[in-house]
Amino acid sequence: MGIELSELWFVLIGVLFVGFFFLEGFDYGVGILLPFVGKTDKERRVVINSIGPVWDANEVWLLTAGGAMFAAFPHWYATMFSGFYLALFVILFGLIIRGVAFEFRSKADDVRWRRTWDYAIFLGSLIPAILFGVAFANIVRGMAIDETMTYTGTFFDLLNPYSLVGGLVTLSLFILHGALFLEMKTEGEIRERVQAITRPAWFAAVVLTVGFVLFSFVDTTMFDSVNPVQVVSLLGTVGALLFAGFNLFRARFGLAFIGNGLAIVGVVALLFSSLFPNVMPSTTDVAYSLTVYNASSTEYTLSIMTVVALFFVPLVLMYQGWTYWVFRKRVTTDSHLEY
Amino acid sequence: MDALELARLQFGVTTVYHFFFVPLTLGLSIIVAIMHTQWVRTGDERYEKMTKFWGKLFLINFAMGVVTGIVQEFQFGMNWSEYSRFVGDIFGAPLAIEALMAFFLESTFLGLWIFGWGRLPQKVHLATIWLAALGANLSAYWILVANSFMQNPVGYEVVDGRATMTDFIALITNPNVLLQFPHVVLGGFVTGAFFVMGISAFHLLRGNRQTEENKLMFRRSFNIGMAFGLVAIVGTMFAGHAQGQHMADYQPMKLAAAEGIWEDEDPAGLSMFQIGDESSRQAIINIQIPSLLSLLTYDTPDGMVRGINSLNAEYQERFADRYDEAFAEQHGMTEVNYIPPAIWLTYWSFRAMVGAGVFMFVLILIGLFFRWRGTLLNRALYLRMMVLAILLPYVANTTGWLLTEFGRQPWIVFGEMRIEEAVSPNVGVGALLITLIGFTLIYGVLMAADIWLLWKYGSAGIDKGDGDAVPVEGVPQPDAQPAVSY
Ligand code: HDD
Ligand code: HEM
Ligand code: HEM
Repeated sequence: MGIELSELWFVLIGVLFVGFFFLEGFDYGVGILLPFVGKTDKERRVVINSIGPVWDANEVWLLTAGGAMFAAFPHWYATMFSGFYLALFVILFGLIIRGVAFEFRSKADDVRWRRTWDYAIFLGSLIPAILFGVAFANIVRGMAIDETMTYTGTFFDLLNPYSLVGGLVTLSLFILHGALFLEMKTEGEIRERVQAITRPAWFAAVVLTVGFVLFSFVDTTMFDSVNPVQVVSLLGTVGALLFAGFNLFRARFGLAFIGNGLAIVGVVALLFSSLFPNVMPSTTDVAYSLTVYNASSTEYTLSIMTVVALFFVPLVLMYQGWTYWVFRKRVTTDSHLEY
Repeated sequence: MDALELARLQFGVTTVYHFFFVPLTLGLSIIVAIMHTQWVRTGDERYEKMTKFWGKLFLINFAMGVVTGIVQEFQFGMNWSEYSRFVGDIFGAPLAIEALMAFFLESTFLGLWIFGWGRLPQKVHLATIWLAALGANLSAYWILVANSFMQNPVGYEVVDGRATMTDFIALITNPNVLLQFPHVVLGGFVTGAFFVMGISAFHLLRGNRQTEENKLMFRRSFNIGMAFGLVAIVGTMFAGHAQGQHMADYQPMKLAAAEGIWEDEDPAGLSMFQIGDESSRQAIINIQIPSLLSLLTYDTPDGMVRGINSLNAEYQERFADRYDEAFAEQHGMTEVNYIPPAIWLTYWSFRAMVGAGVFMFVLILIGLFFRWRGTLLNRALYLRMMVLAILLPYVANTTGWLLTEFGRQPWIVFGEMRIEEAVSPNVGVGALLITLIGFTLIYGVLMAADIWLLWKYGSAGIDKGDGDAVPVEGVPQPDAQPAVSY
């Protein structure tokens, strides 16, 4: 039996979220670490410029994931975005102040101006880093969805202990990811400060990830019927985190970065494989759940989108990859600092 | 206000705001790319300085376009979930393609351009700004494909209460988008041109209080803006005219609203000034030029232009079984009607856009005349007007969209879905108020910061320093190598 296009698109959306969490993950981490590793104005500029050429393109992974959801699973998009209404507003608030902050921050020689935008970068990175975890945890846990595919709960229902732990998982993974990225992109004192952060960050990420998995056993139906992809991604995540830790303690930060990146991939894979074939399980009545089949677009639309995606995703990966190659050097206080 | 009105207000506010930044991005990206090309071609350092000067202003504006765009992308699902379910099969595709094809291109290559000074080979670096500009203008095409489906749905079939796509090619060659795209993009070019001319005029007015080099570069900038603007404004007007003719066919109600025509007219006169009464559905004062509207619409001095009242009666009959009394009751209406809200807004928006367009055309002609006579620099009054004229494209762009979007009401997808059916059922007035106030506040603060920065960098000269602005107080200097400093 061949796989259906809607199933393929479920995987593709997973891939887009992997791209988003992997790339924007270290951007958020760098933004969160900014006040802690940059002591002088110059140092903070180095930190910001380490992601300067790439942050916008990384954010487009989110837009693409959102657009692809709309195109391939309109009901998923509609239910999720109207259901997470206020949470999304808070995320948007964060993304807005963060995006302009990069551009505006160093445009005026004024301590208060720069301080304000530094906080905007910090907050604008912190908020989405937590809330995307909260959102995904809520989805796998299930939400109150009625027979018209409408979320009937409140904003505060979304802030349950389980989802908050989910938020801390993404937060800790992104902080570690950002720290390891900065380790590779900076020199001198900043680099030393960053290195000092990597170990506690790694411990936090391990404890929270393991805690989240245990919590999932207790609080959700995630592991009620286990599929092979789940097992592989769970073992893969743990293995990747251990690999990251092993290399971290031997000061092989590049490998540690790869390890943590794979852990992020593993977490997304775990969440998606646990969902399948649902995309948003309903806690009101299982029959009301949105699934890969009842939330999707028609075959026609999906086949057009498949052609487009198979052509453009590799192309995008190629030129984005080239960007990282062009800007592979470390950023120092003597570098040309744009932001 | 009820949830529907708040949702509409919110969409209007955030989208109009997004479109303050979009047109300048569309136009200025090309102008900067042209200057950069000139530099690579001629090796004249002045072009390099110009590229950096205008590039900096471009980037300040661009950042605002990006962050307000993210809001747009999310809003369909947040506020219009039922609409998203209805059109998702069709509407999501152009949005996703826009991100994949255009936004990635735009953001990646702009990053390369900004940080690529001195790091990329000269020609490769030049290619990056062109690719970024291409990305921006491509994105306009895809989003307008989506918008055009709402104005003039094509290539679809309604199955089980959802619109499903049947013909992708028809969707992307919608006659509506084939006119709308050139109109909107050229309108963006006009915006870029007037921005460059206005700021250059501001500097030229300072006459002897600045260096010869500075004057030379702003004169050059002014000329580039003028040439670019001339082509763009003529194109915008032609496309707009064609859109008006097209509108008579496919959205006659919008044309009737835009012209304030209450009863069928043959031949139809062009209204120059009207005060209407929307509750009794008639004009109170109306000054017309006889036959002109028929002429503009059909290229002959007669021909019927339908009026609001007769169209309304026709639609009421045509859609009676879909939108019946039960529908009216459910949505608290006394009767179901098909008359756009705020006819006055549609009517005056049309006049403001066309008026601004014609005025800009004339301003460019005058500029060309002065340049031909070689007296441009002495024309202080003209140069002062050009500074103020920076605002004209903003007026035209905003009122153009108000016309397009208000005139489409009460349909959200013309002929298929009414706006009352589109709104998210689970988003209450409270949540809408919080976000509406939130967006308005933060947008207000950001606008102030943005204008302040544009002013600060726009009013600084170009000629000194290592390819960078004259050190002005408070404007930070870049480090190490020269660049489009942040
Ligand atoms: C005619 C052109 C046009 C129109 C009608 C719109 N946009 Fe826009 N948008 C652009 C032209 C553009 C642009 C020129 O490509 C921008 C503006 C500045 C920029 O950075 O890119 C942009 C930015 C931009 C971004 C950020 C891209 C990034 O991160 O680089 C998003 C997500 C959207 N837009 C989405 C929308 C949506 C959902 C719209 C529908 C309501 C919309 N835009 C209307
Ligand atoms: C950027 C330029 C645009 C501007 C300035 C603009 C302006 C507006 C305004 C003022 C409204 C409110 C109308 C009312 O409440 O009566 C509106 C509604 C809307 N527009 Fe646009 N619009 C733009 C582009 C688009 C595009 C490109 C799309 C689709 C791809 C779109 C889709 C909508 C939707 C879904 C609504 C809400 C429902 C409605 O009121 O009909 N708009 N827009
Ligand atoms: C002077 C002659 C002009 C004419 C006859 C004209 C005509 C039109 C018409 C008929 C529409 C509505 C299209 C529709 O809803 O189907 C429109 C929309 C619009 N106009 Fe104009 N226009 C003119 C000038 C301008 C200028 C100078 C600008 C900007 C610099 C501009 C910007 C816009 C925009 C942004 C829209 C909304 C998008 C669209 O529907 O195309 N217009 N115009």
